[in-house]
Amino acid sequence: MGIHRGHNARPLEWIAEKFIFTVSLSAIAMVFLIFLFVGREALPVFLGDTDSALVQTVIPSKDMEKTAPDRLARYLGMSVSELKTKDADTLRTMMEIREEAANEVPAAVRDDKDALANTTEWKYLLKPHQWTGYAKPEYIWQPVSSIHKYNLVPLVIGSLKTTLVGLAFAVPLSLAAAIYVSQLAPPSWKEWIKPGIEFLSGIPSVVLGAFAFLVLAGFLQDIFGYRYRLNAFVAGIALGLTAVPLIFSIAEDALTSVPRSYVQAALALGASKWQTAWQVVLPAAAPGVFAAIVLGFGRCIGETMVVLIASGNASVVSWDIFDSTRSLTATIAAEMAEAVNGGHHYRVLFMLGTLLFAVTFATNLLGDAVMQRLKKQR
Amino acid sequence: MSNPISSASAGRRFERKRPDIASGLFTGLTGLATFGILAILAAILGNILYHGLPGLSWRFVSTIPRKDMFEPGSAAVLSMIVGTSIRVMVMTIFVIPIGVITAVYLTEYAASGSAYTRIIRVAIANLAGVPSIVFGLFGLGFFINFIGKNLDQLTHQSGPLFGRPTVLWASLTLAVMTMPVVIVATEEALKAIPPGLREASLALGATKLETILRIVLPNALPGILTGAILAVSRAAGEVAPILFTGVAYYMADLPSKLTDQFMDLGYHAFVLSTQSDNIEKTRPILYATVLVLLMLTFSLNAIGIIARARMRKAMRAGH
Repeated sequence: MGIHRGHNARPLEWIAEKFIFTVSLSAIAMVFLIFLFVGREALPVFLGDTDSALVQTVIPSKDMEKTAPDRLARYLGMSVSELKTKDADTLRTMMEIREEAANEVPAAVRDDKDALANTTEWKYLLKPHQWTGYAKPEYIWQPVSSIHKYNLVPLVIGSLKTTLVGLAFAVPLSLAAAIYVSQLAPPSWKEWIKPGIEFLSGIPSVVLGAFAFLVLAGFLQDIFGYRYRLNAFVAGIALGLTAVPLIFSIAEDALTSVPRSYVQAALALGASKWQTAWQVVLPAAAPGVFAAIVLGFGRCIGETMVVLIASGNASVVSWDIFDSTRSLTATIAAEMAEAVNGGHHYRVLFMLGTLLFAVTFATNLLGDAVMQRLKKQR
Repeated sequence: MSNPISSASAGRRFERKRPDIASGLFTGLTGLATFGILAILAAILGNILYHGLPGLSWRFVSTIPRKDMFEPGSAAVLSMIVGTSIRVMVMTIFVIPIGVITAVYLTEYAASGSAYTRIIRVAIANLAGVPSIVFGLFGLGFFINFIGKNLDQLTHQSGPLFGRPTVLWASLTLAVMTMPVVIVATEEALKAIPPGLREASLALGATKLETILRIVLPNALPGILTGAILAVSRAAGEVAPILFTGVAYYMADLPSKLTDQFMDLGYHAFVLSTQSDNIEKTRPILYATVLVLLMLTFSLNAIGIIARARMRKAMRAGH
């Protein structure tokens, strides 16, 4: 047999190894399951299987037997397999309720052409639409109204706006701190500055949100004199605070791992301290700094509680940072409770989640790939 | 830098003629940013401590709140402290074994450069970056609407028992979220164990499994505990993942079963800052609640950081 023993020699070892291997799959399995199950709930929107039209063609309950199961299932807002678990009487009652509800829609609304629109179609989700009563085509997110308006543009703009404010605040601040700590600070200071800044990551985001709401909003209002107390700017600054420790520690790592010889060579050639830091060390650490910013972006766009508390939550299309705004994450958090399980609002919110997951997945992958390449080079 | 030989100072005198203003400015600016961040941190903590302490009392932390949670006279947070603690403890039971075993696989079994370990690492890094609200959606879509509803059907429940928000689902959602924290901390602890220990054990005839169970894991215990504490302190402050998976706006009683809902400190802070109709009246309660939450997460964090520092020192001394 030699040194190599098969699983016959030590069955317990073999079983244990297989077990440990199986458990180690769970991290991969979880990423996969998240994608699968968040996506699964959103799938009907992607496939165009949801119908949010207020007035729908009513299928009379006496026609139940004649209707094809898949059409019936969609009409009653359930899957075909769910349909099979219900008995005929239940289905008939559900159809009667549908009929009654359709008859109760006020005539004024029923004549509105928007009432016939399935607002979960892509053209309503992405393009401006001429809604009745509005002067021009507009992007509107207004799920809780008689006609459910699901335009994603205001939310995407809201998310980008707060994220950009956050990054504009956090990136220069944390990069400067990273340069200072890694290159310029006296070594004995490093030992307490670094944990100090990383301490910031221990503050829960709901606490930062509450702080922004209680203190920051009023403080910044006194300085900038904006109109709405809670807005994209306040939320962005608080958001930046959540990203500072992340950007700082990745950038500081990258800057510290630039070989000492680069610094010594530059100084020996007569470069000043600042020239060395700015023109030699920073470019050498550029990929790591880039990774830090990319991961910071992912962190900001996915942050929920801060924006939910501090952004004012008005879904308006505006690039003014002092306007009250509403992000993708805050929308999911605020509206899921009132969305009917399995309904079109629920599906659209899950679609927002899928979108967020896809974006952060991409930024994580990119940031991680850059950092792995760096590790290999060392 | 100081050179006692006077002739060598000629070069230095030349340097002094052009004081390096740019370098000074640069150091000053970056230093300002650094201390700016620390000042902001101090301002946040100081502000919360200053305004939160007066609202803190034994009654506040030891009473089950009554229906009107916005009334300063009767506001209390015992239910929230209990709820947050329970969800975090249940999470630990799930996340520690899975996280530790994954780390054991990565350090003890897997070939370090193989494609499979690369994929695991990418998955872990990705899991760490998934927005917390997406974990909430996942908990709702997977644990409640898939596993919970199917469990209800299999066990023929009259009403929904598992197919609704519960402590169990919130804890499991948090366990998925904190898995990377535990894996990374454990891995670090396992890597810090000198290979000589393993080799000695193997040379004495112990099998690989025996070596891991009796030598490697006991030595890595402080590191594993650090990981657990960091995961707990991260999870204790998270609100977004539990929004749809278990938290309740108000409950008259403390949760007693895994299938109960619960109240939560972080969620309560959110409720106080957004649902109050008179913020001046609720402000002291909000401050006190936030302070309790901060004290909880920080004491855990501090324990984790100290434990890690001690362990590193001990490891270095051992080498």
